[in-house]
Amino acid sequence: MADTPILLREKQYHQIKAVLARLRLDSAAKVVFLVDKDGQEIASLGEVGNLDTTSLASLAAGNVAATGGMAQLIGEKEFPTLSHEGERESIHISVIGRLLLVVVFDDRSSLGLVKLRSKQISQQLATLFNEIANADNGDLESPFAGITDEDIDSLFN
Amino acid sequence: MTFINYASREINCKIVYYGPGLCGKTTNLQYIFDSTAPQSKGKLISLATETDRTLFFDFMPLELGTVRGFKTRFHLYTVPGQVFYDASRKLILKGVDGVVFVADSQEERMDANIESLYNLEENLQSQGYDLMKIPYVLQLNKRDLTNIIPVEDLAAELQRKGEPVVEAVASTGAGVFDTLKAVAKQVLTELRKS
Repeated sequence: MADTPILLREKQYHQIKAVLARLRLDSAAKVVFLVDKDGQEIASLGEVGNLDTTSLASLAAGNVAATGGMAQLIGEKEFPTLSHEGERESIHISVIGRLLLVVVFDDRSSLGLVKLRSKQISQQLATLFNEIANADNGDLESPFAGITDEDIDSLFN
Repeated sequence: MTFINYASREINCKIVYYGPGLCGKTTNLQYIFDSTAPQSKGKLISLATETDRTLFFDFMPLELGTVRGFKTRFHLYTVPGQVFYDASRKLILKGVDGVVFVADSQEERMDANIESLYNLEENLQSQGYDLMKIPYVLQLNKRDLTNIIPVEDLAAELQRKGEPVVEAVASTGAGVFDTLKAVAKQVLTELRKS
């Protein structure tokens, strides 16, 4: 049995985007994105350009999973934030429940500012995502409800 | 865990290739990567050692096409096969929607197959999954070698629940897409049920 799918409605998606937009502005970040702990990108915003956000999302989740494993080995529940500082570009990751908030920034910003602003919106994102995870989606028509074997086969043709 | 985004009309599912060391998990992904059109795939990320053994995971996103107006994207992962990377294997199984077990058909790797399959069952269980209920395919790889066990004997030993069994030579691509199709079909069928 696989987990229940996460369903993200258009309105919720835009709410998340609005929160990320504010964070990006307040922290002077290049790119801000939200990722599920399993490595699925939920939303991204900013100077994405040629940045491969799908791979970055997967690697961010792998990174958090690996450091989380280390945390447990030394008796910690998890490490709630991770930072990687490069010569020009840096990444800050905050763990918010089952979400990862990833901020990519350069010398227009600073680690302290990114940390502060990320922390300030964490609760808001957690509340939003809680609503998404616990939403009653009975009214939402599943794209798979009427899917036929032929539809599935056609994906491989 | 499947993620359905109604705003961007995308569906993302996670498939994990599991199996003993050197059974051909990365080769499966490499073949899929090499034979897929650039617009349908992202980068193939390999976190490997200097000797090209998988250290943490390989990853590639694959877009299969559109179902009812939704882009269907599969995130393909491999686990490190070597026994001592068990902690990494557990982490990669988080949120999995479907599993491919890649068995090495060579006689001398039978014990390794069995050990890895037990390990898969245990690690799935530790993440709250049941192999008997999750979309699952058994791939019998390296069918081109000479010292291989007959398909019936391998299936008798390794098949768990009547799952599809696909013969493969991942290095030439034989059976690679049949395997992917078999597991993807089960994942999508599960979604239809839910």
